[in-house]
Amino acid sequence: MAALLDVRDLSIAFPRATPVHGLSLTVAAGETVALVGESGSGKSLTALALMRLLPDTARIASGEVLFRGRGGGVSDLARLDDAALRQVRGRDIAMVFQEPMTSLNPVLSVGRQIAEVVRFHEGLSWRAARARAVELLDLVRIPEPRRRVEDYPHELSGGMRQRVMIAIAVACAPRLLIADEPTTALDVTIQAQVLDLLDALRRDFSMGLLLITHDLGVVAEWADRVAVMYAGRKVEEAPFETLFGTPLHPYTRGLLAASPRLDAGQHYSVGALAEIRGSIASAAGERGCAFAPRCAVARTLCRDALPELDAVAPGHLVACPVTTAAIPQEEAHHATPVG
Amino acid sequence: MHGSETFAARGARAAEAEDRAAAAALGAGRRPETESEPWPNVHAPDAARAATSEVQKLAPAGRRRALGVFLSNPTAVAGLLILAVVAGAALAAPILFPDDPLEMAGRPLQWPGQDPRFPLGTDALGRNVLAGLAHGARISLLVGAFATLAGLVAGILIGATAGYFGGLVDDALSKLVEIFQTVPGFILLIVLVAIAQPSVPAITLAIGAVSWPQVARLVRAQFRALKEKEFVAAARALGYGHRRIIFREILPNALPPVIVLASVTVATAILMESALSFMGLGDPNVVSWGSMIGTGRDLLRTAWYLSAAPGVAIVLTVLSLNLIGDGLNEALNPRLSGEP
Repeated sequence: MAALLDVRDLSIAFPRATPVHGLSLTVAAGETVALVGESGSGKSLTALALMRLLPDTARIASGEVLFRGRGGGVSDLARLDDAALRQVRGRDIAMVFQEPMTSLNPVLSVGRQIAEVVRFHEGLSWRAARARAVELLDLVRIPEPRRRVEDYPHELSGGMRQRVMIAIAVACAPRLLIADEPTTALDVTIQAQVLDLLDALRRDFSMGLLLITHDLGVVAEWADRVAVMYAGRKVEEAPFETLFGTPLHPYTRGLLAASPRLDAGQHYSVGALAEIRGSIASAAGERGCAFAPRCAVARTLCRDALPELDAVAPGHLVACPVTTAAIPQEEAHHATPVG
Repeated sequence: MHGSETFAARGARAAEAEDRAAAAALGAGRRPETESEPWPNVHAPDAARAATSEVQKLAPAGRRRALGVFLSNPTAVAGLLILAVVAGAALAAPILFPDDPLEMAGRPLQWPGQDPRFPLGTDALGRNVLAGLAHGARISLLVGAFATLAGLVAGILIGATAGYFGGLVDDALSKLVEIFQTVPGFILLIVLVAIAQPSVPAITLAIGAVSWPQVARLVRAQFRALKEKEFVAAARALGYGHRRIIFREILPNALPPVIVLASVTVATAILMESALSFMGLGDPNVVSWGSMIGTGRDLLRTAWYLSAAPGVAIVLTVLSLNLIGDGLNEALNPRLSGEP
């Protein structure tokens, strides 16, 4: 399957810092790719860069964002002119933001906000756009859509608002949906509903879904493929079974080990929760591997040279010379899930 | 978890779905847009698609609530009533007093109540004071409203451009606003009117020219704050252009304080027009409250009512606009009304 989105060697630069280095990523139609990393790893910035919505001070320093449009033609979003880009935004690529409380315009009714996108991109009449808005509210499982279409954002709960955001995002049946921590601001009980909804829409529209998250539970449940970012670089990429089964990068291993488990007898009063020592700030000024200061298996070579991403198996890329070198011996050991 | 489900199986299903979607898209391309099937590739439950009998239309709750707050405020309602009386007088002036209010109507310098034809008396040239007040209300309200409109249009355009785009545009426009603010407004107004002919349109535009900087500053501050909001980022992510984001997304959110400022600006404009006319710089062909005070000034000791009557009219009108402004502020200010 040809990739819908093919990001090649993307670097994002601020005047004094380069928070994302040489990131490559692909998303195929109908595929859910999770971009995982802690705060400050550059994952949200990457999402914004894909649609060229970076803050004024930031810019795409290098790289290509190849996107296969509706007609099958491939365009580089990093170099597209503004008018053409506006055609892509909201129509071919849509985005769901983290904070549903503030992502809706407070002075327009939700029906109007949905209808305006449809009108803007498809030129429907007001009546047709309004009918579409009701259908979309129904599609995202908002009860009584005919009544809710008149509501203003402050009359809806957080989960409902996020559903409205999703309705706006899928209003023009986009090819790719970027969801930037779509459930972080929601109750845990609502999170699963919203992600199930996104998953169902991905299937119905055969959209590519780029899910940006720091929640490994979300990744395990909904992602097909996972890319792990650390300090602006991709350190590991694998299908989700491989990543959870045989994680190779020490950071991925640390993340998985740090996830609390619901095994019997596991409770923070029994044993301390696992953690990765140090913080992402220690990556600053590091010449070699950014994770080296926090890494248990780091060697001298890690601190001197930047580790390359190596394919250890088809679709499994790892940027760690230490653990990949030890694969033949350790394969059996890591085949059993950690923990 | 979908541990048992392989990626390949899901991929195949997705591909199948893609074919379906592509077929539907093709179909949509050929079919004219119809009301019944605007969304061919989505299948919502039939029960929900069927028209429900109870179509409850909810009014915009926020606006209705603001109106309720405004109308339950006694001082705001008092302001509204006073303004209604003034506006009524202005509208009815040509019917109640069809003659030119600048024409001699009776014996000069009659005190109020002396002649039932002239309830507020006559001035030194025998002109009807009440007719002058009614016709003066027309000029005052007209100049106040249109000068404010001109100031709002210019101020909103410049303030929105500066606040939204920032950078060099903002620097240049902010400097322009500062230049206007360093020049005393009334002096500038006198100069402008002196250069142009003292006619009602010229005075209106001149007052607009001295009142826009305040609007521009307020709008710029609002835009600078609002453009960082997530819903603006969301609007950009939907592909909306700058103009659409400025006027449809940000401006409605920036308006409440501007509306409050506008009511005060109308009052200020009325005062400016009165001051100009008082100094004899007004339009000589129309009667204005300011010019009535100006001509009555010479007779202040013998016929004080000539200055007092239009003075009271100015005070009441300006007061009513300020009361309305306070009421609007209370109703529209989100921090006072406690809305999230």
